[in-house]
Amino acid sequence: MSAVQTFVDLLAGRREAAALAPREWDGVIGVARSEAMLPTLAHRLDGADLPPTVAALFADQRAAAAVAQRQALWEAEMARRALAPLGIEFVLLKGAAYAAANMACAAGRQIGDLDILVLASDIRRAENALLNAGWEWVKSDPYDDFYYREHMHELPPLIHKSRDRMIDVHHTILPRTHRITPDALALVSDAVTSAGGFAVLNPADMTCHCAAHMLADGDLQGGLRNLWDFNLMTRDFAAADPRFWEQLDVRARLHGLRDAVQRAARMSRDLYGAVLPAGWNGPETTDRWFRQRLVARDDWGRVTRPLLEQAFYIRSHWLRMPPTMLAQHLWTKWRKR
Amino acid sequence: MRHNIRIAVGPVQFRIGSDWAEPISALEQLYAGYPQDDARPADATVRLFAARPWRRWVRPSVHIGGDFVVPDALPLPLSMGLLAAEMGMNLQVALGWRRHMLLHASAVARDDRALIMSGESGSGKSTLAALLGEGDWRLMGDEFTLIDPASGDALAFPRAVSLKNEAIAAVAAQVDAARLGPLMAGTPKGDIRHLIPRADAIADMHEPARPTLLLFPRFGGAAAIEPMGEGEAFVRLTEASTNYVALGEAGFAALTRLVRETPAFGVSYPDSATGIALVEQLWAEVAK
Amino acid sequence: MPDPAFRAAPPDALRIEPLGELTAIFDRRSMQTHLVVSPMPEILAAMGADDWDAATLAKRLAESFDFDGVDDVRTILAERLSELAAMGLVAHA
Repeated sequence: MSAVQTFVDLLAGRREAAALAPREWDGVIGVARSEAMLPTLAHRLDGADLPPTVAALFADQRAAAAVAQRQALWEAEMARRALAPLGIEFVLLKGAAYAAANMACAAGRQIGDLDILVLASDIRRAENALLNAGWEWVKSDPYDDFYYREHMHELPPLIHKSRDRMIDVHHTILPRTHRITPDALALVSDAVTSAGGFAVLNPADMTCHCAAHMLADGDLQGGLRNLWDFNLMTRDFAAADPRFWEQLDVRARLHGLRDAVQRAARMSRDLYGAVLPAGWNGPETTDRWFRQRLVARDDWGRVTRPLLEQAFYIRSHWLRMPPTMLAQHLWTKWRKR
Repeated sequence: MRHNIRIAVGPVQFRIGSDWAEPISALEQLYAGYPQDDARPADATVRLFAARPWRRWVRPSVHIGGDFVVPDALPLPLSMGLLAAEMGMNLQVALGWRRHMLLHASAVARDDRALIMSGESGSGKSTLAALLGEGDWRLMGDEFTLIDPASGDALAFPRAVSLKNEAIAAVAAQVDAARLGPLMAGTPKGDIRHLIPRADAIADMHEPARPTLLLFPRFGGAAAIEPMGEGEAFVRLTEASTNYVALGEAGFAALTRLVRETPAFGVSYPDSATGIALVEQLWAEVAK
Repeated sequence: MPDPAFRAAPPDALRIEPLGELTAIFDRRSMQTHLVVSPMPEILAAMGADDWDAATLAKRLAESFDFDGVDDVRTILAERLSELAAMGLVAHA
């Protein structure tokens, strides 16, 4: 059995950690690291019967992830200190939101840049407030800067000069040029307050964003992690609210993300064993390609299907841009290589 | 990967895979005397690979990868594959290890008490440790020293010592040629030759030692000893640690304890013999 | 312009360790280490867990320290408080 399959089975609970041969851990740990999910696995297997050195490594990973999450949430606090005096409200997105809301998928989850969503009408003031509070532009070339401002759903990334951490300020959740245009106003106005005091998307919108981020926006880099987020959040949201799946369908239609959300649900069923309600189990032959993209790693953590990876990279741009713009963009990027 | 080896250095079990046989057989020779536990899962993975399949044979150049990757790292020619492996192992430990506070420092021990030497490359910390390790000290490591946050003890990371330039001849004059690896001339870091630590240093690699003296050596200039305050030592060691920030309060506690309990000195020395004499002089004063 | 007020960190948020001429401050909220020199530790100690503006804090500090020769303690304190706010150790109230 391949290491990535074993890794997925361990997360899904289909396989017992104690049943692994000692050397099988090499590949599992290698794949988990490549997917930036080793601390997630360490949390999933906390208390399991593990070889002593693996148990020690996992304890290290859990402790380090707890430190890293504090650091990430501090960025949210510093953004609040910069924006609140001007009356600019923001919604936390992705990893920081999951941590602020103390969700199951936050356990051990790596949080990269801070992602926040503000109303489009506030974005210039937010930019100024952050620049005054010590953030500065990441040095980038004029084409990238122009590209961000004209076409993306966020400001060019800002980095804090003393803390050396990045913030991405979004005004919607997909690029302006994308074929799908989610309702950004609804996302902000229907946000909810998390246990940690920060605003986060409501459960259905958060799930839509997770699916959009994984399937509609990216090239499926980090797909196993995003799908694990999706799997745990839908499980817990549905347990807390029996009408969750209906509401998810309503919001997915509103944002134009029904296909992405349904595909994510089927994939979380196929990989992580999620149980879906009636009406969500439809067959879809193209899921196979997405699944293969997600599990294309060998037991040294290397991507095994470069052509499939390349195809998804082009697809991600195809979705984001009209065709002539895509050609121009890839040409400009290629000339810089 | 086709060619691979498992190596345990201190608390870290490595798995190193390579597209070529040469770097692995070189590692097999350097690490033949290290304890082997083939059933133990690896903590860290290093990959030495060709960027394109044909580059295994045509002008073969070794890319360094693994759990952590430096995006812009330049590949090395296959003749320097052993250096690539060493850099790969250092990289994985520097970026991935979380159990202990990692200091970019060499260390030697006597009577379970540790002398820790921190400095930039060129400070001579590696050479001093190698030379002391040939005398009546136990070599703990020439590159990394680990501090256990719970006990405050120093732990050894005695990888094969990386001797550079003039240090090669100085050490080669004192040791059995069988303990030296192949000479790699003209690498990006100068001439390099590895030294296999003495058998007792490898056998005792899991023995902790109490930090007793902290030195910040500087090669060149007249012999001088300058006591260093706790604050300056703290600042220098945060800069010398690759995982201080990632350890959170455990790292803060370990480092404040280390600089409070361990006398620290800056040391300048014109040559290795003077350096060793200054070390012994300071040790005699603090280790009474 | 009104004297802005600053809020001290909550109790237990900071771990403060004097290291000779420097003071190392570990902030458990941010996981950051700050290295400061006098008068930063004294300012933090005087603030306790309360809100202060520079003028009131100057009066408080004058009870424990001799400020002879310092022309405008309030102005200096306002600058130091801004620096502490930039580090996140205190916040605008």
